[in-house]
Amino acid sequence: MTTTPPPPPRPGPVSGRGPSDFETGLAASPQGVARFEAPRRTPLAGIQHLLHATPTLVPVIVLALSILVFGLIAGERFFSPFNLSLILQQVSIIGILAAAQSLIVLTAGIDLSVAAIMVLMSVVSGKLAITMGVPAPLALGASFALGTLAGMLNGLMVARLKLPPFIVTLGTWNIFFALNLWFSGAQSIRSQDIDAAAPLLKFFGNSFRVAGANITFGSILMVVIFAVLWYVLNRTAWGRHVYAIGDDKAAAELAGIRTDRVLVQVYALAGFICAIGAWAAIGRVGSISPQSFYEGNLQSITAVVIGGISLFGGRGSIMGALFGALIVGVFQSGLRLAGVDVLWQVFAIGWLIIIAVAIDQWIRKVSA
Amino acid sequence: MNREPILKARGLVKRYGRVTALDDCDFDLMPGEILAVIGDNGAGKSSLIKALSGAIAIDEGEITLDGQPVSFASPLAARDAGIETVYQTLALSPALSIVENMFMGREWRRPGLAGRWFRALDRDRMRAFARDKLSELGLMTIQNIDQPVETLSGGQRQGVAVARAAAFGSRVVILDEPTAALGVKESRRVLELILDVKSRGIPIILISHNMPHVFEVADRIHVHRLGRRLCVIDPREHSMSDAVAYMTGAKAPH
Ligand SMILES: Nc1ncnc2c1ncn2[C@@H]1O[C@H](COP(=O)(O)OP(=O)(O)OP(=O)(O)O)[C@@H](O)[C@H]1O
Ligand SMILES: [Mg+2]
Repeated sequence: MTTTPPPPPRPGPVSGRGPSDFETGLAASPQGVARFEAPRRTPLAGIQHLLHATPTLVPVIVLALSILVFGLIAGERFFSPFNLSLILQQVSIIGILAAAQSLIVLTAGIDLSVAAIMVLMSVVSGKLAITMGVPAPLALGASFALGTLAGMLNGLMVARLKLPPFIVTLGTWNIFFALNLWFSGAQSIRSQDIDAAAPLLKFFGNSFRVAGANITFGSILMVVIFAVLWYVLNRTAWGRHVYAIGDDKAAAELAGIRTDRVLVQVYALAGFICAIGAWAAIGRVGSISPQSFYEGNLQSITAVVIGGISLFGGRGSIMGALFGALIVGVFQSGLRLAGVDVLWQVFAIGWLIIIAVAIDQWIRKVSA
Repeated sequence: MNREPILKARGLVKRYGRVTALDDCDFDLMPGEILAVIGDNGAGKSSLIKALSGAIAIDEGEITLDGQPVSFASPLAARDAGIETVYQTLALSPALSIVENMFMGREWRRPGLAGRWFRALDRDRMRAFARDKLSELGLMTIQNIDQPVETLSGGQRQGVAVARAAAFGSRVVILDEPTAALGVKESRRVLELILDVKSRGIPIILISHNMPHVFEVADRIHVHRLGRRLCVIDPREHSMSDAVAYMTGAKAPH
């Protein structure tokens, strides 16, 4: 038997300091910046990519198409400045709720209590100003503070107690609704009484006319709220943290975000927006009814979903929710003017929700 | 050597339910050094650096930074103290862009009114900075600094996380397997970056399973086994096979 002699010492460092053998070839490797040809994509994959980059595109297209189609069907009556401004008016309250809802959904949460907070706050300011004779600005101030507090309560339970947002807000929806019935004694406050005691409460019902359109202050308020939130979410650090939390909360925490604090702030801000919505709602409806907007919670979620904001959090633009609310308004107005029964409006909205979520799922599957 | 450790831990204990991830663990990082931490999978290396960087709360033990007792309640607290960490999971937000990820939680605001009152982000300045840092790392197959991190390859993501830590670390930089997903060339660039950070006088904790790399750059090697420090060896006096034998329990250190 022959034994093989030990191998000769290998050249270069083996376990020493400095690069290993196999890495010495690196010096000769090209050092430039790699360039890639843009990969060829099928048209469908191209669309998928585009939507991934600009998630608001779907609701914008749907909105444009639906305006076009209903314009063709119902003609002048639909396309008139008056009708278009009426749609804006009709969606303004749900739009404001959808703005609040979007904030929560972006953090991968959901808020079933937005409309309940809003109605409770309109009852609070109405009761204080009209029944108890508190000056209207003070009454409104109190409702803003309480609305913020109500949102904060949701936020604390979600962030500190780690309870699921769906359950927390399902609970507070009921709680706020019961408080609202108790505080109002299930009584509405009549329009005349508001006019007599505190006309300021109806401020957002005022309107002005331009070119045949009737623009209410409430419609403008809604647009302003969306514009401000868009800025905050896209151009400030806090806004980017909201997205980061919805995207991956654990990662955001490790990256140095105080995620629980931001979450509480998000819910509190949503509550504050609901309280502003309460003021606008008094102007829109004219009276204050504890039973109003009972479906507002779900309608705001509908607008958010149709607007392409992902229920999984972290994706979508707040503007999508505005377009979502408008799409619902356009469908309702268009179908009504076309003489279609209300039940088919509901039917159509139902399909819109499902299609919107299906598109969201498809977009999220985009491959790099 | 009579210098005091910059980061020191004594008797760390961390339990996850019935698993004890850290079992009376000690740790020392000297100023200006590269300390490698090696050990089997599940030995508790990540748990150790998470305890040091405030990502997990320890059950027992104490940590001192520059001789001062510290107890970081969150990763942010550790970061504010100058400890920058690349976690094994990277801690990136997939839907956000490379720049946004690099500046997460320490964004730059525009000067003047826009920044002070309207809290506007200085996006151009952050972009330029991020591009610089990534170029330094040579991770330049990335063309669009605004592209979402989820559209990057695993290695590119790791590059972004490493660049972030290297750019912002001021007192200690911790890297948990920073080259695990990187190619040969990119790994080499990360090693160069590590040496570069060291040349700025900042000490580094490097967790790695890559023995040639560990032996190349480390000044000392902390061998971690079963939730505690087994020994600290000098790479110039021990071979790789010694190190592997210690960490797997095949041989006892003397
Ligand atoms: N969040 C957790 N919950 C429960 N157990 C955990 C958790 N994190 C770690 N452990 C346990 O703690 C032990 C140490 O894990 P750790 O991640 O620190 O190991 P490691 O040395 O970093 O391993 P690797 O080389 O695979 O990264 C393992 O047994 C693991 O199962
Ligand atoms: Mg690990």
